[in-house]
Parts: sequence; structure tokens; C-alpha cells
Amino acid sequence: MTTGFNSIRTEIEQPQAWRVETRTRLSGAIAVVAIVAVAVLAAAPVFVSRGVVQDLFFILTMLTLAQNWNLLAGYAGLISVGQQLFVGCGAYALFGLVILGGLDPILAIPIAGLLAMLVAVPTAFFSFRLYGPYFAIGTWVIAEVGRLLFAQWKMLGGGTGTSLPREATKDMLGLSLLQDWFGMRASAAADALAYWLALALATLTIGLVYKLLRSKQGLGLAAVRDNENAARAIGVDARRLKTAIYLLTAFLTGVVGALIYLQKARISPDAAFSLTDWTAYVVFIVVIGGIGTIEGPILGVLVFFLLQNAFSNYGSWYLLALGALAIVIMLFAPRGLWGLISDRTGWELFPVRRLLKGGPPIKTDKGGPHG
Amino acid sequence: MSFIDTLLQGILLGGLYALFAAGLSLVFGIMRLVNLAHGDLIVLAAFLILLIVSTLGLDPFLAAVVAAPLMFGLGWLLQYYLLNRTLGKDILPPLLVTFGLSIVIQNGLLESFTADSRRISANAMETASVDFGGISAGVMPLVTFVSSVLVIVALNQLIYRTSLGRAFRATSDDVVTATLMGIRPNSIFAIATGTAMMIVTVAALYLGMRANFDPTAGPARLIYAFEAVIIGGLGSLWGTLAGGIILGVAQTVGAAINPEWQILAGHIAFLLVLLFRPRGLFPRAMD
Amino acid sequence: MPSLIETRGLTAFYGDFQALFGVDIRLEPGETIAVIGANGAGKSTLMRSVSGLIVNRHEMILHRGEPIGALAAPDVMRRGIALVPEGRKLFASLTVEENLKVGACGRQGDGPWTLETIYDLFPILKERRRNPATALSGGQQQMVAIGRALMSNPQILLCDEISLGLAPVVIKDIYAAFSKIRATGAAIVIVEQDIAQALKVADRVYCMMEGRITLSGCPRDLDRADIHAAYFGAEPHELH
Repeated sequence: MTTGFNSIRTEIEQPQAWRVETRTRLSGAIAVVAIVAVAVLAAAPVFVSRGVVQDLFFILTMLTLAQNWNLLAGYAGLISVGQQLFVGCGAYALFGLVILGGLDPILAIPIAGLLAMLVAVPTAFFSFRLYGPYFAIGTWVIAEVGRLLFAQWKMLGGGTGTSLPREATKDMLGLSLLQDWFGMRASAAADALAYWLALALATLTIGLVYKLLRSKQGLGLAAVRDNENAARAIGVDARRLKTAIYLLTAFLTGVVGALIYLQKARISPDAAFSLTDWTAYVVFIVVIGGIGTIEGPILGVLVFFLLQNAFSNYGSWYLLALGALAIVIMLFAPRGLWGLISDRTGWELFPVRRLLKGGPPIKTDKGGPHG
Repeated sequence: MSFIDTLLQGILLGGLYALFAAGLSLVFGIMRLVNLAHGDLIVLAAFLILLIVSTLGLDPFLAAVVAAPLMFGLGWLLQYYLLNRTLGKDILPPLLVTFGLSIVIQNGLLESFTADSRRISANAMETASVDFGGISAGVMPLVTFVSSVLVIVALNQLIYRTSLGRAFRATSDDVVTATLMGIRPNSIFAIATGTAMMIVTVAALYLGMRANFDPTAGPARLIYAFEAVIIGGLGSLWGTLAGGIILGVAQTVGAAINPEWQILAGHIAFLLVLLFRPRGLFPRAMD
Repeated sequence: MPSLIETRGLTAFYGDFQALFGVDIRLEPGETIAVIGANGAGKSTLMRSVSGLIVNRHEMILHRGEPIGALAAPDVMRRGIALVPEGRKLFASLTVEENLKVGACGRQGDGPWTLETIYDLFPILKERRRNPATALSGGQQQMVAIGRALMSNPQILLCDEISLGLAPVVIKDIYAAFSKIRATGAAIVIVEQDIAQALKVADRVYCMMEGRITLSGCPRDLDRADIHAAYFGAEPHELH
């Protein structure tokens, strides 16, 4: 991660050099902490048990999905409840490429992402025609179409689904290398490989979102979120920006989908296109953590994981409570847990706001404008 | 099965979809609120009717008459105390709160009624049919269709002929100016959602008598309702009926070709309309 | 006996921006007063405060001696205070007659105004009563807006910039109706940028500038130069 080391600096012609900065004092320290955290996480498979690695894999993949949905809904204003479409398409693309095309699963993962992005092109074309809230249901309908179509694909098991053949994953790219270097058993090595890919993907996603938000496009996105017409008037191409983000998140979501189902090794249309697993949970993570921040989904996924571990035995009571919690947070703390924390402390781990610093002391003039 | 027969089945099925859609359309028209829990509320109403039938031993139609004011009250409370707080310029809060509500209702029903499929028994009416010169139509689908037409006529009367309807339209046009007329928007919205829940009760009655339902049946009902509204064009209740009919016909034709294609054919009809007539087939002239 | 309406040190804010700085005005029963001032002087903010569109400190606005500053618009309206809002704000999807009927939503008890008497006041509206309200000319729309406010039988009619954007001949027609409205005993507040028009109809005038009352009095007692100074914040000869 490049946190804080390359903050945007624009000199404005002023006697005492105004600077536009996005860096805060905290963010420099956080960059170091982040690098250490990633390093520790990367070393995890060598030290911890397989069960923990699988838990971490779950957390990282959900985090990546959450960051993507947050970018869509929290920043681009595209409230999709059909992201399961891209999880499903990525997953099915992986199975198709491996089972029917004989491709190495690791190579198939990025291609699966590209195919998911390809599906997003017509999806965007249809769903962008729907006004605001109806966009949400529109994406859902298209995800349903995806589920029903894949249920018709008899070569991949139709409605009941299929499994990845053991031979296909046995000599995955890099697997034997891991077995030799770390002396892992094949199954542990496969878990570790998937885990490292998930870690890389989550890190990449957060870095990408962070970089995007600090760029000129990120500023345009904020302008569109505040007032689309005004943003358009100053030359921000809102539609193009939103389409680009939609395609990007489709790609990343598709890659995560492929990765998750490589790990699961068994697919069915109902599971791969599940609204609850790939959208409802993700929405809860983002809402509980704090929508419209990078920190929110990170905090949200940890809370979600703890809740899941503690209460998921309660079945539908657990889901009911999760839904109620999301409602309460949306009503009383719409910026989520992270919003509560940053209001108290002023912390910003991933500063994307532009702060004006330096310059001569400001003379404040309290009179109102004549308007 | 002849083509005319399939067509008739589809048109009659469209009546059910129009019933699903009318409440969604009403609420959206008045407060620009899309209720993602709409389908789950239909299923909730179906369970309520089932409960009344089984505990009081009432006829399903009578049970619906008992359930309707209860559902009105539920809708009123829901809107007044929960959803009104989410209304505003930002479309995110109402969507996420109703999405959460959908999960809450589904799982609440699962806990109360288990995942078993249920059906509201309508006895003789379930199998009765009428013959129209060689084409036979089930009494149940016919009654459903007639009910949907009656509901839409009544709703149009309410909206265009009563002072409450004027207040609905005025508030929909301009909330701030409506308050200057002495209208309390929060009450108007609560009454509108209450009214929508009474339509939902009618929809639930036929949903429950025609086929099996279970606690997870809501989202699919929401999607059909949404498709009917978009196909018909926002803002027109007769358009919504037409949208329901097109969806119904597409589904029955699809099912006639291959039973697995029923739902898919409906979705494809919806996407085709979106492709060629993005504002729907019968959009309101204004707005 | 307390005034019909009285504001006491009324302040109002839009977020951080303060629009009114301690405004004191009075309105007595049956009286017509005019509030004049340039664009942005705070006249509309004053009307929005009195009518409840802006919620203020409760005791800053009194109706017959009772505080109403914190009441919301529907409650203010039910006390017999009706606003003709700036820009008319007719309901676009309602016909002329429906717009008038909506005005009676918060009506309390009987009074002189019914559909019939409104149509007597503005006969053209009867002809066009089935038309969509926004299909009418600007002057006719203004008549609908005034009629809609009257349908609640208000004791106090607040009129915000009713002559804005209308032709002089149309303005004359609309102001002609005011004598009939006054005859019913209603008190009227007219907000105007057109000084001459305001002085002609009002018993008393308040002039506002930058959120403050800069001048008040009876039209015949006011000097033209004083009004100019209060209106523009400068002596007339300094203007160009």
C-alpha cells in the first residue's frame, strides 16, 4: 500500500504557499502499520492452523466484496442489489474454463474476472436506464436472469450444479512449489495459495479504491454524489465515470467469485447467485461499518465475522437480528460504527479529503453575503 | 394446450401480478419510495390470512376482510415511525432500510411458521372452471383478474375523486407547499402505505389460494411487481395492469414451450421493454 | 388587546447563514401592511418564518399573544394564517378547481370564502376550472394561488411577491381584488419589491434591508428620500 507517501500536493500561487494536502499526521503512521499488517497476514499460513487460514480467507474475500459494493453505492451512488451476478458469473467462468477448457485454475481466475466484466456491459446498458431506486431492483432482476440461464447450462450440471475435478486443482500453478518450500500437505498448500490470492486481491482493491478517491476522478465522483447536475455543469462526465466504476467493480467481484468457488470446489446456480450470501451480507458489512469510507468495510467485516461465529447457530434469528441492526444503524448512525469512532476521535486512516494548509493567517469576516 | 388457451391463462395471471404491483406503484407515486420489502409484506399478509382462517375457521374471503384493516394499521405504523425517517433527497436510506426490513420479515416468518409450503384452502373454487365456447378458464384466475380490475378502479376513484386523493397528489407534487395547505405529509404518507397494505392483502389472498407459498416467496413477488410497473410505465395504474398482463402472457407462453423457462421468459419480456421503450409502454404524459 | 401577529426580535438562519437579525413587526386586526425591500433583504424569510416553513424559537412570533414560532406550517395554517408563496407553487398535476379545493384541507369552521365566492372574485378561474393549473397564464396562476390560500378562510393572508414577473395591467387586476378581501375583515401582509404599489394599498409599511427593519410608518408620513435610504442603504443622489 502506498498510504500517505505520495500525497497530492498542488502549489497555488499565493504569497505564503497554500498547499492542498490529503495527508494527515495519523496517516503516515498508519501506512507503516498497514505494511506490517499485510506482512503479518502474509506470513499467517506458515504459523497458524488451516482452520484459521480458512477463516481469514472468508474475511478477506468478504472484505473485497464489501469494498467493491461500497465503491459502487457509497461513492458512485449506484445502489446495486445484484452484485451476486458477478460473483456467480466469475465462479461459473472459472468452472467452465477449468472443466470444459482444461485451463489451469490460477490462470482462469483473472479471465473469469474479465468475463464478469464483459457481462457487466449489457447489464449496465439495461440497468442504467432505470431511475434511482428502481436501478436497485433492476440489477436484482438481471442477476436472477443470470441464475436462471446458468441453471440451463447442462454441461455444468444445470440446476443442481457440479464440482471441480480433483485432478484440476491437484497440479495448480505454484502448488508444488509451496509443497516443496514449506513442506505443506497438498490440501493445506491449496488453502494457503487461495488465501494469498485473497490477501493480494483485498490489498489491491483497497489500494485501488484509495488511489481512485484521491485522484481527479475521485473528486469528480464526490462532486457527482453531492450534486449530479452541478458536477455535469463543470465538466464531470457522470455517466462515463459511473460506468467505469460499475465495470471495475464487476471485474473485481468476478475475480473474488472465481476465487471463492475455487476454494469451495462445488458450485450450483442457487449458491453462486445467492442474494443473501453475496449481497445482503455485503450490504450489512458496509452499513454496519460505515458506508462511504474505506475504513467502514474493514471494521464491518470484523464485526460481521464475530457475529457470524457467535450467533450463526441461531439461524434465522441471527439473520433477523442482523437485518434489525442494519435498520437501526441506518436510522440512528447512518455513517456506521466508523462514523461514530471518527466523530469522537477525528481519526482518518485513509484520508481522502483535501485540506488547505499553510498560507497567511485567515481573516474571518462574519458578515453574511447579500443574497 | 392451444395458443388462445395459453394467452387467456397469461392474461388472467397478469391480474395477479397487477395486484402485486398496484401497492408498489401507489407508494412510489406518492412518496418516491421503493419498498424492497413489498414482496415480503405480501407473504406476511398471506400468513396472516392463513392464521385467521385456521384459528377462527373463517372463509378465506372473510378472513381477508378481517386482515385488511390489520394490514392497514401495520403499514401506517411502519411508514409513520420507520420509513418517514428515511425519506429525503438521498435514496440510500429508504432502500437499505427496506432491504433490512425484507430480511427481518422473511426470517421472522421462518421462525414463526417454519419453512414449510402453505396454502389457503378455497375448497370448491380451486378446481371450478367456466367454459367460453371451447376455451375453459379457472374460476380462481377469473376472480383474481376481476378483483385486480376492481382494485384499480377503486384506487383511481380514490386518487382522482376524493379529497384524500387530492391531498395524495398535492403532496406528491410539492411536499413543502402541501404543508401550507394544512396537509401533514407524514400522515398522508402513512395513510398511503396503509392503503397499499390493503391492496397487498387482496394480492395475498389470491397468492395464497392459487398456489403454495413459504416465507421466502417474497422477493420473487417483488420482482414481478416491479416488472409490471416498469413495463406499464411509471405513474399509470392501468399501465400497471397492462404490464402485469404482458408479464403474465410472457410467462405462460415461456412455460408452454418449456416449463423451466416460465420465469426467464417474463424477465426477458421485461428487458425487451426496457430496451425499446425505457419509459414503459404507457408512461404518464407529465413527470 | 394583543396584536394579531407580532414578531419579537425574530432571527432566522439558513444553516450558518443568518437571514434575519432581530425583526420586530406588528399586524393589527383588519389591517393591511406592506413589507418592502430589495432582493435578499429578508422579506421572504420573514414570511416563511411566520407561516411555519422555517421553525423559529417559539416566543419570537406571537399570534393573538400566544407563541407560535416553533409551530410547523400545518399547525400555523389551522390557526387561520395562510401564505400565498413566492412563485405561486401551484400543484402541477391538479386542475384549477382541485388546487382551490386543496386549499380548504386545513379549513377551520365557516367563513366567507367558498368555491363560488372565489369564482366571483376571479371569474376567469370558473371558465378554466377544469384546466391543469400550470396551463394558465402567469396572472391567472397568481389568482389561483390567492384563491387557494383564501379557501381556508384565513384571518391573516400573507402574500409573498405576488406581482413578480407579471405585466402592469395584470398586477392592477390582482390588486383590485384586495379591497374585496379586506372587506371580509381579513388582515393582509403584502411583500413587494414594487414600492409604489405597496404604498398604494398598505395602511402601514415596513422597509427591510439586510435582514433588519430599516424604516416603518404610514405611507403618507414617509418621505421618498427616507424610503430610498431604507431600501437601498444609500442616499438617492448616490445612486446611479
